[in-house]
Amino acid sequence: MNKQEQPGTSRRQFLLSTTAVILLATAGKAGAVIIKGAAPWAPFDYSPPQTLEPGGWYFFTPQEAAAVEAIVERLIPADELSVSGKDAGCAEFIDRQLAGSFGTFERLYMQGPFQAGAPEQGDQSSLVPQQRYRVGLAGLESYCQDTFKQSFASLSADQRDKVLTGLQNGDIALKSIDAKLFFTTILTNTMEGFFADPIYGGNKDMVSWKMLGFPGARYDYRDYVEMHNQKIDLPPLSIAGRPEWKAKG
Amino acid sequence: MATKLPATDVVVIGLGWAGSIIANELTDEGLDVVALERGPWRDTAADFNLASAPDELRYVQRQELMLRTAQNTITARNNPSQTALPMRSWGSFHPGNGTGGAGNHWAGITFRFQPSEFRLRSHLTERYGAAAIPQELVLQDWGTDWTEMEPFYDAFDKITGLSGKAGNLKGEIQQGGNPFEGPRSNEYPTRPLRQPYGPTLFAETARNMGYKPFPVPSALVSEPYTNSLGVTMGPCTFCGFCTNYGCANYSKASAITTILPVLVRKSNFTARTNSEVLRITRDASGKRATGVVFVDTSGQEWEQPAELVVVTAFTFENVRLMLLSGIGTPYDPRTNTGTTGRNYAYQTANGVQLFFDDKNFNPFIGGGAVGMGIDEFNNDNFDHSGLGFFGGGSIRVTPIGAAPINNRPVPPGTPSWGSEWKRQTVKNYLSNMSIGCEASSYTTRNNYLSLDPTYNDHLGRPLLRLTFDFPENDLKMAQYCTDKVGEIAKAMGPRQIVKSPSKGHWNTVPYQSSHVVGGFVMGADPKTSSVNKYLQSWDVPNVFVVGASAFPQNPGYNPTGTVGALSFKAANAIRTLYLKSPGALVQA
Amino acid sequence: MKTLVALLAGVAGLVVSLAHAQSGDASFEQVERGRYLAVLGDCAACHTTATGKPLAGGVVLKTPFGDLVGANITPDPDTGIGRWTLDDFQGAMSQGISRGGYHLYGAMPFTAYTKVTKEDNAALWAYLRTIEPVNNPVVPNQLPFPFNIRLSLVGWNFLNFTKGEFQPDPAKSVEWNRGAYIVQGLGHCGSCHTPKSLTGGDKNGQFLQGGTLDNWYAPDITADAHKGIGSWSSDDIVQYLKTGANRFDIASGPMAEMVEKSSQYWTDPDLKAVATYLLSVGGGGTSAPAPIAADDKGMAAGKAIYADRCAACHIGSGEGVPNLFPKLASAPLVNNDDATTLIRVVLAGGVAGATNAVPTAPAMPSYAWNLSDEDVANVLTYVRNSWGNSAPRVSPTDVATLRKQLQQ
Repeated sequence: MNKQEQPGTSRRQFLLSTTAVILLATAGKAGAVIIKGAAPWAPFDYSPPQTLEPGGWYFFTPQEAAAVEAIVERLIPADELSVSGKDAGCAEFIDRQLAGSFGTFERLYMQGPFQAGAPEQGDQSSLVPQQRYRVGLAGLESYCQDTFKQSFASLSADQRDKVLTGLQNGDIALKSIDAKLFFTTILTNTMEGFFADPIYGGNKDMVSWKMLGFPGARYDYRDYVEMHNQKIDLPPLSIAGRPEWKAKG
Repeated sequence: MATKLPATDVVVIGLGWAGSIIANELTDEGLDVVALERGPWRDTAADFNLASAPDELRYVQRQELMLRTAQNTITARNNPSQTALPMRSWGSFHPGNGTGGAGNHWAGITFRFQPSEFRLRSHLTERYGAAAIPQELVLQDWGTDWTEMEPFYDAFDKITGLSGKAGNLKGEIQQGGNPFEGPRSNEYPTRPLRQPYGPTLFAETARNMGYKPFPVPSALVSEPYTNSLGVTMGPCTFCGFCTNYGCANYSKASAITTILPVLVRKSNFTARTNSEVLRITRDASGKRATGVVFVDTSGQEWEQPAELVVVTAFTFENVRLMLLSGIGTPYDPRTNTGTTGRNYAYQTANGVQLFFDDKNFNPFIGGGAVGMGIDEFNNDNFDHSGLGFFGGGSIRVTPIGAAPINNRPVPPGTPSWGSEWKRQTVKNYLSNMSIGCEASSYTTRNNYLSLDPTYNDHLGRPLLRLTFDFPENDLKMAQYCTDKVGEIAKAMGPRQIVKSPSKGHWNTVPYQSSHVVGGFVMGADPKTSSVNKYLQSWDVPNVFVVGASAFPQNPGYNPTGTVGALSFKAANAIRTLYLKSPGALVQA
Repeated sequence: MKTLVALLAGVAGLVVSLAHAQSGDASFEQVERGRYLAVLGDCAACHTTATGKPLAGGVVLKTPFGDLVGANITPDPDTGIGRWTLDDFQGAMSQGISRGGYHLYGAMPFTAYTKVTKEDNAALWAYLRTIEPVNNPVVPNQLPFPFNIRLSLVGWNFLNFTKGEFQPDPAKSVEWNRGAYIVQGLGHCGSCHTPKSLTGGDKNGQFLQGGTLDNWYAPDITADAHKGIGSWSSDDIVQYLKTGANRFDIASGPMAEMVEKSSQYWTDPDLKAVATYLLSVGGGGTSAPAPIAADDKGMAAGKAIYADRCAACHIGSGEGVPNLFPKLASAPLVNNDDATTLIRVVLAGGVAGATNAVPTAPAMPSYAWNLSDEDVANVLTYVRNSWGNSAPRVSPTDVATLRKQLQQ
């Protein structure tokens, strides 16, 4: 009863067809992909993370960058446990996320009508992250100029903490964006940057992972799973590797 | 205008667990099968490259493997008087996309439902009397029973290589297993996984309290395993990048690691990816499906004629396709008529967080289904007399990994940023653990699925609208079970415990569970069910709709084992009954 | 085997004469025998494309000298070999001379096929007459000057070709002789596994001691205990050829295609005969080098990379998982001098073959994006000098060169 059969099509054909598919997909217009006989496979085939080269700002203006650095420096302050969010690269992380598909919510449902719902219905803002930052940072700057006659970036640490607390609690109103939404967005993204893999621009030298004792992007704990209630001293690993990969001396 | 393709015997919609199982069984029967998958082809080496697979930002925060809401989402509201609004990013649940479906990023916890579940209303009536069942609940039997289900659970065990320890082997209770499970015909295919510290400490304490802890049945195999199709999987490495991630080393069972390698080689099988089904077509009588119309990502429409249409998408899309295709009558909660969209249920997610001073759990070691559990407070395993609710939950410790964007609990009252936040984060990271209680969700008249009147998908079709809130029954159950968990937690001697039972309205934002069920349920009566016990549509007998959409309510267990068993059950019915005599297999 | 494809070329170039095709009556048994022999020789590898009709030609063979295309060997009179006679066929197989007196390029492994008996050639011929004639014009020779001049083949043959049917060794068993006949003849294992001279001919003094082709290294398959398959049992070899995998290794690349198209269909006695013969073939006789010390700085870096990128599948001890992740400890391929295949699979990834018996077809992920030339060199040096392995250091330059070639 089984039609036991040989693959009707060889790997080589699929090499060709997957290559074609990749090209089409890049152009954003892949049609149906027909798979028959063997699973698609191609040499070097790999789905990469969205990363951008270090250096410079991709989305922020210099003024915006200074404000964001001044914010992340307070959300994650330097102390005996770690460097600050600024020195860990959280602002660079956010900048690069905003320049990528996250920045425009490219993958999310953003059709209207937009209307406020119950809290249980979640984020219904029509603003995508790029707009949340652009509008929110402008609003913050305007608030600080009005209140302190200074940029947010030039405020003292205590003043910045007070402003951030005001945003978080909704005690401060910003033009054109809900202050709590703006604060939540930047707090969430800052924490992402601090704790994500360093390939995204934050968590420099795996600083947060070392601080926590998290060994990073490792894939094998078989030798450790039954070491109960013991500290495991494994240096953290990034997707990009770790210092021990380089031959010393 | 759709371009017509050559006719095929069977078209399968959705190439996750259910679609892959059924396509494989039906190609074995010699039928030509075309499978349509709305997402991309997924490949372990290319998509879950070992170096880049452990990436929390990409796979958890940015939901790389989930269905993109831009392609399709749902609208949600708590009750019929509200306006439903779209879920713009996934929160409460995580539907999958691509070959393998949600089975790529699932946790792997694979329980069988208990024998009493398949006749829940009858069982509760017999034990407590009909009057004891709360008025708000719409509970019903499944139209099948344990004897019919067990062989298909067994078949799914042998596909996935489940790790675990039998608690009831052919009626004999086994030491170390779950004594509450239904009688199994066979031991688990692979032995239990080794356990990290958290589950071990929990199990010791629970045992001392008189409970019977057992290793959580797991589709993360504990040792090399060659399955019933000849496909080999490797041992789980406890990497902790499991739930929400694809598995890079072939140790988490999914359709792509267990079935597709065999299926794709068959000359009578064709898969078309990036192909989204628009609707099922029917002949003039409306009683017979003629095939499907689908669209690819270039916008080209295709018509695929078929003798048999098997619908195996996720719960939401199964139900939406039925509504869009006019199969069955849409459910109306006001008149309590119609069945399509009826009996939507969820899962009641509860937990207790434990903060210690003197322990190191190395919480990054683990996996989606690595852990220990107890079942004393699940379903009807305890006496509900006088409690005022039914149902219960599976209590367990399963450290899924502790990548730190999402897994760094701090005691309540801790600031969310600044130096004190950091101090508490560091202090508690290695020394906290949690006990979860994944609990039942029972159906009510006002919890249902329908088409949204306002919001459309990118193809202009209405989104599915979800109307749901937790029944009083479930909230009482949640409080009761969480208190029981709290007793165990306390006995483990932490500095502080924090209990989080489900309470208040269902909130779409925080992740709770992807175990959405019902909407096109199975049963013995076409007035209250959409498919018969073979998962065959009452109204259009050459359409089979398979998945958790068939569950009439949801017990305190993860659904995938039962989805797998129902897939084998439907395939077996097609092979042994339908092909001999195409038409309705159960007379209405 | 297609890729192995050999060297100089071949198949190509069959020039069709005007003679009429012969129609002969062949017995059912003879045709079926011929069908099996065509599988044994993996004719389809070079003569059947993925989408084309059986044996209608068109498979492009990349050789160091240029492209050659597998000929149409269906009975089509105009574009196939419909006008050939059995004698013409015998000439092509045994002497590398096609109808009309043209020399064939060495990608057509007539240097091996010359060993095939007349009876077997007659059976093959009988089978080839029964397949569907396909009109498919193939331009076989796409070599650049000067390799496109067939006259150069006269000299090539002088250097590389020893004519003559297989002569059984009466001192050896029937099984051994059958194995030798397959390996040296239709199986043409040496086309890939025997090192090549500068002109692309086999270095027959180093029979089956490993060869490099199309950026793959086909390892030593002699009974050498270190580099060869001397530690495999006869059953291990049979299982490998029959299913594509055994407790040590899984076929990938050209060998996977060979198993998928050819050896999985060989009869059990033939597989056993091949194993018996291979286990009698002596290796180069060089002793294993001393492994590079673990405290070597490249080794230490390689150990860290191995732990992070390799151990989750191949296990920290290099043991692997049968039928899924090849064993790296004491593995012949790992211990060969030439690391081409190892570098290749680390950079580009690789996929295992799939057979009905072992259908998993797991894939090695590509690390070209993640590991530098130095990283690849260090991790492979570590693998090649751990757990009982010993082999020369892999240099970053080797990795860089292959990376460039593969990405062209």
